[in-house]
Amino acid sequence: MWDRVAEELPRFFTYYNVVFFLKAMFTTFLLSLIGCVLGSIFGGLLAVIKITKSKVLWPLRALALVYVEFFRRIPFLVTLLLIFFFFQAFGLEVSVFTVALVSVWVIATAFIAEIVRSGLEAVPTTQWEAAAVMNFNLLQTLGTVILPQAWKVILPPAFSFFVLFIKDTALASQIGVVELTYSAKVLNNKGFSAALAFGVVLLLYYILSYPLAKFGAWMEMKLEISKHRSM
Amino acid sequence: MNYTIHFSQVVEYIPYLIGGAWISLQVAFLAFCGGMVIGLFGAMAKTFGGVIIRRVVDAYVSFITNTPQLVQIYFLYFALPEAGIVLDSYEAVLLGMTLNAGGYLTEIQRAGFLSVRRSELEAAETLGMNLMQQVRYVILPHIMKVLFPSLSNLYILMTLGTSMAAIFGLEELTGRALNINAETFRSIEVFSLTAVLYFFVTVAASLTLLFVGRVFFRVKGKVF
Amino acid sequence: MKYLSIDQCDAYYGKLKVLDCVSLDIEKGDVLSLIGPSGSGKSTLLRVLVGLNKPAAGRILLEGQEIDYQNKRSLKRARDRFAIVFQQYNLFQNMTALKNVTIAPVKIQRRPKKEVEDEAVALLNKVGLGEKLKSYPDELSGGQQQRVAIARALALKPEILLLDEVTSALDPELINEVLDTIRLLTQETRTMIIVSHEMSFVREVSSKVAFMDAGCILEVGEPRLIMENPGTDRAREFMTKILHH
Repeated sequence: MWDRVAEELPRFFTYYNVVFFLKAMFTTFLLSLIGCVLGSIFGGLLAVIKITKSKVLWPLRALALVYVEFFRRIPFLVTLLLIFFFFQAFGLEVSVFTVALVSVWVIATAFIAEIVRSGLEAVPTTQWEAAAVMNFNLLQTLGTVILPQAWKVILPPAFSFFVLFIKDTALASQIGVVELTYSAKVLNNKGFSAALAFGVVLLLYYILSYPLAKFGAWMEMKLEISKHRSM
Repeated sequence: MNYTIHFSQVVEYIPYLIGGAWISLQVAFLAFCGGMVIGLFGAMAKTFGGVIIRRVVDAYVSFITNTPQLVQIYFLYFALPEAGIVLDSYEAVLLGMTLNAGGYLTEIQRAGFLSVRRSELEAAETLGMNLMQQVRYVILPHIMKVLFPSLSNLYILMTLGTSMAAIFGLEELTGRALNINAETFRSIEVFSLTAVLYFFVTVAASLTLLFVGRVFFRVKGKVF
Repeated sequence: MKYLSIDQCDAYYGKLKVLDCVSLDIEKGDVLSLIGPSGSGKSTLLRVLVGLNKPAAGRILLEGQEIDYQNKRSLKRARDRFAIVFQQYNLFQNMTALKNVTIAPVKIQRRPKKEVEDEAVALLNKVGLGEKLKSYPDELSGGQQQRVAIARALALKPEILLLDEVTSALDPELINEVLDTIRLLTQETRTMIIVSHEMSFVREVSSKVAFMDAGCILEVGEPRLIMENPGTDRAREFMTKILHH
């Protein structure tokens, strides 16, 4: 195996291949990033819906609950396939990247809704009460009092989810998205050693994930310190 | 929409799908057990071992947690044959999932080791317990209680993770769904059903773990 | 017509009845103190007035008009007229002292920013925190935070000021600075309801004292009367325990 790898190395790392890998790596990164950013927006919205108390809104709350519980308990591959076939059924011609992106978005929304809910719950009820008796409405309370305090509890797990999802994007290769895993298969199919192709891709995932994970840990530490700023 | 939903055509396949779910659970269970063994050795190595062995374990854990399980299995399935080791789909998936679980479980169990405080051990010693008794009555229950949430969480994730075995042709839940899809082309119905089955499987697993946790380890938790 | 009238109110905390047929009348300008053992429902009564606990029975009338705590608009109007200072100060942790005081008048009452700010500075000076305008709550001592909370309540220009055991969470050496502030307030014409354990202070500043026990109002009257010569056994028991501290 090693002989073959050594022999193929120079042919493997051509300019074209390297660019190909970098593009694939970028696709992987973008999939997770954009999906999670969109997921944060909608996840935040779902979390807010879940804390409303008016009787009129209960169908929305029920929907939010079902959505969050459901999509957190289904494998990414299944969600991906479901969304793929949904687009197909509706006759919508979209790129596989779009399908994968929507899938990441849908799942991120569910997970981040839970993270945001947790963050909102971390803010003491007394803050809510103080705002309520001064006649703050829900949006005002959230915007001026709760979120400025909750974001420190929300950001680390949300970022950590984003880094985690980079690995899950590997499954997008199954519907043909040209991300990092797919690129390994392409090169393997072209005749290169699988050890080389998949080995390099494993390394590239590592290079993508490790620094981001370290950054996330650093950020979490800084936020933890700032919470106890003047104590 | 040029597609009409016909669940009736798919309903007959439900037992077949449930059989697939059962296989998913088995694979997850086996991989979890194997991973626990690896995790135990890894955690012990990190807690008691010398610098070199610690670095090796760190590298292993770092590698596992920063790369996708799918690609890890791809490597085992496609790359190992080039070194003379040929694994069939089931072996590759099982080995891959076990090694993957081992990485996460090393970290989890290490946290467990660290959580046992010296004072507890000293108290046990003064009560006259020898090492075996200390382990059985003080360390193990404590560790299980501390680790139970992480372990349950990982197990659920692994159960969901078995779905990628379908890519290698394994006939677990997702694999069978793909088969049905190939036959009937009722894609949305099949995969909706599959999704619902995974949902119920994870809820059932959560409830079981909750029950086990409460009864055997006095751990409190919630499903929703 | 009484200014504030609480008429046979019941309130529950889960299954526990915390207010039992409570009736109380307050005149404009009264400084009413609620005293009694812990758990007697004093704080609950204040919380009910501002709508943090819903009354299960009875009525509350402000200037003859009933407050419907189930109705959003009625509740909002009631909250406009009350201001409450909590035992745990409950300052907004993400805002400076000045911002804590100005946020509600500007954002909710929609008063002009400059005017509110000038007033806020004056109020913070009044409570002795002129130097701490830009400080965050976690940089202030308990006593200081409580004084900011009082300034915050005053900035709302409430008709009725509620003080819920505002010194109970403070270290002993910090209590006096807060009591001094409150004393100042009682000397201005202002309707106040104070819940407190500081007996001598209560005796000094109140125009009326009510003794509560187990969710009921057992006695109401002049401070000296209630505190030196209580009518009921429970009140007598309580006063002896308190005074022989």
